Amino acid sequence: MKEYLFSLEFIYLVASMTYILGLKMLGKPETARKGNLIAAAGMTIAIIGTIFLHKEVVPNYIYGLIGTAILIGTVIGWMIAKKVAMTKMPELVSLFNGMGGASAALIGLIEFEHYTGDTLSTTTIVAGIIIGSISFSGSMIAWAKLNGTLNKPLRLPKYNVLNNLIIIGVVLFASYIAWSGSESQLFIYILFFAALGYGILFVLPIGGADMPVVISLLNSFTGLAAALGGFLYGNMVMLTGGILVGSAGTILTFAMCDAMNRSLVNVIFGSFGGGGDSLVEESGSDTMKGSIKKTTISDTAILMNYSQRIIIVPGYGLAVAQAQHAIHELEQLLASRGIEVKYAIHPVAGRMPGHMNVLLAETNVDYDKLAEMEDVNPEFQNTDVVFVVGANDVVNPAAHNNPSSPIYGMPILDVENAKSIIINKRTMNPGYAGIENELFYNQKASMLFGDAKSVIQALISELKGM
Amino acid sequence: MTELIEFISSNIQMIYIVILMIFVGVEIIGHVPAVLHTPLMSGANAIHGVVIIGAILVLLGVNPENYLGQALGFVAVLLGTLNVVGGFVVTDRMLEMFKKKK
Repeated sequence: MKEYLFSLEFIYLVASMTYILGLKMLGKPETARKGNLIAAAGMTIAIIGTIFLHKEVVPNYIYGLIGTAILIGTVIGWMIAKKVAMTKMPELVSLFNGMGGASAALIGLIEFEHYTGDTLSTTTIVAGIIIGSISFSGSMIAWAKLNGTLNKPLRLPKYNVLNNLIIIGVVLFASYIAWSGSESQLFIYILFFAALGYGILFVLPIGGADMPVVISLLNSFTGLAAALGGFLYGNMVMLTGGILVGSAGTILTFAMCDAMNRSLVNVIFGSFGGGGDSLVEESGSDTMKGSIKKTTISDTAILMNYSQRIIIVPGYGLAVAQAQHAIHELEQLLASRGIEVKYAIHPVAGRMPGHMNVLLAETNVDYDKLAEMEDVNPEFQNTDVVFVVGANDVVNPAAHNNPSSPIYGMPILDVENAKSIIINKRTMNPGYAGIENELFYNQKASMLFGDAKSVIQALISELKGM
Repeated sequence: MTELIEFISSNIQMIYIVILMIFVGVEIIGHVPAVLHTPLMSGANAIHGVVIIGAILVLLGVNPENYLGQALGFVAVLLGTLNVVGGFVVTDRMLEMFKKKK
C-alpha cells in the first residue's frame, strides 16, 4: 500500500484533482488565492514525481539538463512575474501562454521520428505541432499588440480567404504526413513553420481591443496541445490538465465575447476591433456635429465639491497614466467631505474582463465602492457628476442609438443620464475601437484635457484649498 | 471503420476522461463573476503548463546521440517551466490584492 501511495500514477491522480479543485476555487473571491496555490502544489508534485520516479535508466547528464532548464525557467519566470507592473498583466499572460504552446510544439517535433508509421500517434503529434505553434506565434503577436509594439492591425488583401486557405493547406499537409507514414523530418519542420506563419496571420488582422478574447482562445488552444501530448504518452495528468483548461478556456472566451456583445466569429473574422481604418473615416467628421466644451481644473473642483453623488468611470487611460493611486486619493478626499463616491466598472474596462478591478484593488480601493455595470446604470440619473477617466468606448452612446456603429448593441455605462459629465482624456483621439464618441458633444459633457495622473493630482490640490 | 473501432476500444479510458473533463471544465467556469475572469484565465494558463511533464518525458527518453533532440528538449522544459512558474506567480500576485482589503 505504501508503495502505491508513492507511485507516479497516484501522484498524477492527486495532481489532477488539485487542478479541478484549484480552478473551482479560483471562481470565488474568498477562495481564489488558495485555489491557485493548491493547483501550483499539484503541479510541483507532478513534476518532481515525473523526474524521480522514472523507471528506465537515464544518463546523469540528462538529469543535469532537466534540472538546469527548470532552474533557469523558474528564476526567469519568477522575476518577470514579480517585476511586471499590474497594467501589463494581460500581455504577460499572453507571453506565458505562448511559452506553453511552444513547449508543446517542440515535444511533437522531437517525438515525430519515434512514432513514424503509427498513424494514430502521428496524428496526435502533427495536431500538437499545429495547435502549439499557432498558440505560440499567435500569443507573441498578441503580446506585441498589447504592449504597443504593433499597434496597427495589419491586413493583407482578402486576408480572410487567404488565412482560411492556409489553414486548410496546413491541415491537408498534416493529414498527408500522418496517413502516408512519411518519415521525412523536412516535412515535419515545414509543417511547424507553416503553422507558426498561420498563427501570425491569424492574430495580425484582429484589433487590439479584442486581444483578451484572442488570448483566452489561444489559452484553450495550448490546453488542447498539452492534452494531445497526454494522449500520445498515455499520461493522465497532462490529459486531465490540458482538457480542463481547453474546455474552461473555451467557456471563458465565450463569456468575454458575451460581455462585449459580440460573437467569436465576429471577433476573428469581423471588420472591427482597434481601427478598421475605413470605419474611422466613415464615421468621422461629417457625422459628428456640434462642438465640444472644455473645462478647467478649478471649475471641475468646484463642481465636485458641491455635489452629493459622484461616479467615477475608470478606463485603461487611467491605468496607462498610473493614476490608480491618485484617483483613490481623490475618492477619499471627496468622501471625507460627505460626498458619495463610487466607481462604475464596465465588464471590459481595462484590457481584460476584471482587469480594472485588479488595478483598483492594488491601491486598496474599498471593494464595496466598485459597482458593476448592471447595478450602477440605474443610479446615473441621481448622480450629480460623472467623472470619466481614460475610458471611451464603454461610455459611447453609439452602442445604443447608432445601428451602423461597430459597437452597436454592446452594453455600456449610461453616463449621459447624469446631471453633468466631466471627461478626462489626453486628446480628442478616438478610443481603442477606433470610433468617434458623440458623448463628447453632449450638452452636459465637458472635456478636461490632460494626462490623467497630473489632472487628478491638480484636482486634489485644488480641492484641498477649498 | 475498423480502425476507428479499434482506436476507441484501445483508448476507452482516455476517451472517458476527455469527455468528463470537458464537462467539468464547463461547469467550473459556469457562473464566475467578471471580476475574476482575469485571474481565472491566468490560473488556467498556469495549469496548461502541465505540458512541461511531456517535455521532461521527452528528455528522459531521448537518444543520447540525438543532440538536436536534447537541445530542443532542453528548450521545451525551459519554456514549460516559464509557463508554470510565471503563470502561478502572476496569478498569486493578482489575487493577493483582492485579499488585502477586508
